[in-house]
Amino acid sequence: MKFDAQIPSGPLAEKWDKHRFEMKLVNPSNKRKYKIIIVGTGLAGASAAASFAELGYNVSVFCYQDSPRRAHSIAAQGGINAAKNYQNDGDSIFRLFYDTIKGGDFRSREANVYRLAQVSNNIIDQCVAQGVPFAREYGGTLANRSFGGAQVSRTFYARGQTGQQLLLSAYSALLRQIASGKVKMYPRSEMLDLVVVNDRARGIVVRNLINGKISSHAADAVVLATGGYGNVFYLSTNAKGCNVTAAYRAYKKGAAFANPCYTQIHPTCIPVTGEYQSKLTLMSESLRNDGRIWVPKKKGDTRPPNEIPEDERDYFLERKYPSFGNLAPRDISSRSAKEVCDAGYGVGHYKGKGVYLDLSDAIKRLGVEVIKDRYGNLFDMYERITGDNPYEVPMRIYPASHYTMGGLWVDYNLMSTIPGLFVIGEANFSDHGANRLGASALMQGLADGYFIIPYTIGNYLARSGNSDINADHSEFKASEKTVEEQTKKLLSINGKKTADSFHREFGHIIWEYCGMSRNEAGLKKALEEIPALREEFWNNVKIVGSGSELNQALERAGRVADFLEFGEIMCYDALNRKESCGAHFREEYQTEEGEAKRDDKHYSYVSAWEFNGVGKEPILHKEPLVFENVKLSTRSYK
Amino acid sequence: MNLTLYVWRQKNAQDKGRMEKYDAKNITSHMSFLEMLDVVNEDLIHQNIEPIAFDHDCREGICGTCSLMINGIPHGPQRATTVCQLHMRYFKDGDTIYIEPWRSRAFPIVRDLIVDRSAFDRIMQAGGFISVNTGGVPDANSIPISKKDADTAMDAAACIGCGACVAACPNASAMLFIAAKVSHFASLPQGQIERKERVKKMIAHMDKEGFGNCTNYYECEAACPKEISVKFIAKMNREYFKASLTGR
Repeated sequence: MKFDAQIPSGPLAEKWDKHRFEMKLVNPSNKRKYKIIIVGTGLAGASAAASFAELGYNVSVFCYQDSPRRAHSIAAQGGINAAKNYQNDGDSIFRLFYDTIKGGDFRSREANVYRLAQVSNNIIDQCVAQGVPFAREYGGTLANRSFGGAQVSRTFYARGQTGQQLLLSAYSALLRQIASGKVKMYPRSEMLDLVVVNDRARGIVVRNLINGKISSHAADAVVLATGGYGNVFYLSTNAKGCNVTAAYRAYKKGAAFANPCYTQIHPTCIPVTGEYQSKLTLMSESLRNDGRIWVPKKKGDTRPPNEIPEDERDYFLERKYPSFGNLAPRDISSRSAKEVCDAGYGVGHYKGKGVYLDLSDAIKRLGVEVIKDRYGNLFDMYERITGDNPYEVPMRIYPASHYTMGGLWVDYNLMSTIPGLFVIGEANFSDHGANRLGASALMQGLADGYFIIPYTIGNYLARSGNSDINADHSEFKASEKTVEEQTKKLLSINGKKTADSFHREFGHIIWEYCGMSRNEAGLKKALEEIPALREEFWNNVKIVGSGSELNQALERAGRVADFLEFGEIMCYDALNRKESCGAHFREEYQTEEGEAKRDDKHYSYVSAWEFNGVGKEPILHKEPLVFENVKLSTRSYK
Repeated sequence: MNLTLYVWRQKNAQDKGRMEKYDAKNITSHMSFLEMLDVVNEDLIHQNIEPIAFDHDCREGICGTCSLMINGIPHGPQRATTVCQLHMRYFKDGDTIYIEPWRSRAFPIVRDLIVDRSAFDRIMQAGGFISVNTGGVPDANSIPISKKDADTAMDAAACIGCGACVAACPNASAMLFIAAKVSHFASLPQGQIERKERVKKMIAHMDKEGFGNCTNYYECEAACPKEISVKFIAKMNREYFKASLTGR
């Protein structure tokens, strides 16, 4: 397998300009002769689809939801970063670049991240022109707020619904192209295979989720914008439908998977309440600005929080990180919460998996009205879910799987190791290294879709020409057969356990051994338990109904089957990376104070894994990371 | 707690459909309504009965996918709450709950509790956008927008497209949905160029899809999980009137 990141030569700030000039163009009148398939309609997919169609390409778009507007980008709350420097506080493209590289713990590519910072400003312009109602100052200019991991105010926001507003604007742009006939939209359609002929991606096989029909779609290029794999943990802040299937099946067809062990655990989510729990809800991190996080000093203390006196409380973040306190970064806060709960100090209804997030000091200091103004909608949401009133009782929080930095490996052009297969948004691995900063996911999704892939795909198409493979080709038929056989197999097992219960059990394994902190023994244990569970799944899963109708249990089973294979690559990756960096914390590699210990000498590379058969260790390829513009430093938040 | 459910079952669009009775046993008050249905579905699978199909995705009240009529109320009894955020503590042991899909000619039933809301996408296609291509736009701060206008636009833009307004309306009108989008763009300078055309096209398409008209019941506002105000319908009517008198 060849790994050439295709990073342009020359000074960092000139790479993208230079590359844009060197890329070949498709003649405007020839664009309509090319067909592009996009899977997924989140920020990356919808913005890419609209931009391709505006340029004149023929586009087919697929999503599993009933409408492209439902993709999970919609749930992002906080905001979107850009290096506008509207606040005159010293921001610049280089500073955004540096913060992102550092936040990612020096495990991402300089050239990609710099380009992301460069186009960040265009995104804000574009979204405003499309009518995104960003927050404004009284003078009419755009408002900004600060976010974790940065000392400047560069985050643009639309109340607590920034993801929704950005997604709806990309969706509007997409619908305009559907109306013009340049985009054909296929909702309630799930991609189940990638078709590769003569080493090029030529199309996909999809299942119509309403009638179960399997169909083939050929194209000159395929773009995956299928999001992350956070549901590998079963419980996560992802939507229930989020899955790894499209990315994983592309991996099985030869696309390398990069850094699968980099998964972000968000510290402020509402805790689990029971085995039936189906998903977790994020509470904006902004609460940590005024909230104090604590647990009782006594193990198993069952007194209500208001009856625990001040001197019997352990404000563990303030104790361990006196200078950053409750504002320590996501990975550190999450791990600390897990540590105190594992040690038996946790609170709440369910297995003591929770810590208090207490705003009573802030309420005393600032008054209820100020707190209501700042966090009113979050407090309402918390009360809706838990039934507790956070104005009177401290909230309970616990970390949860939230975002996945790993993804399919792509080069500077966002093309995977399979020519003609591009991967954008959370589905690729490109920009966040080992840890993503807040308000950077929206930025990356739209950067990829609006301002990067429209150029780079043209270069690919101009150089490779039209595909002469259509959907009648034997490879498509072979893929259809594989997909149909899997459906038949799943339906024929008629065992005793539901797909959901397998997923839940599997999620426990991954969370326990490949979650917030990992160690060799645990990862090896997981690598024994996962194949055993997978085998049980294929002998004992129970699905009622048929494959020729809408069957949600069948859809779920297919996704769980892929997670059960994918989980192993995560563990292999975590096992291989004998260092701690960003979200990947290996217990064996920590400083005396218990902080992550990076090993730049041996692990300053991207791990790209090549499929080698189900249940077999995948083949590791290393893409070295070269830093020419930043000095590698150790993060410190003491 | 133990509950009795009456659930609409319908195999596909052609099937006639019927209410079926199920028991929901050992439900705890911390469960969400959809988690309660998950538990019932797991039970049904073990009994070899096809699970109840219902739409859901984000389960945090923002994607707009979930869509259930609970005891005749879209999204159930709690105000300003989607069904995925409704919790079982709003019910008590022994309750009987009727669960049905959205009912509207423009939202044909796909299966059980799932309806086809693609009519909303088609209304949006008719004009629910600002026609700018990627690139070539002015700096984001080049046109100041008053905070008041931006806030009004955001109030309207908060719509999640779930369709509860249609389900609640005795006329099955989609006017709150369209009014939200029309008002969002009409409040912003960027939306002015296509302002008149947009409102006319979206309303024409609403009629074409078979939605009814507004006769001021205000059921839509009461059912809206995002509390979109009916004042936007008034605004849309003014927009439509002006566009009809002076527009192309």
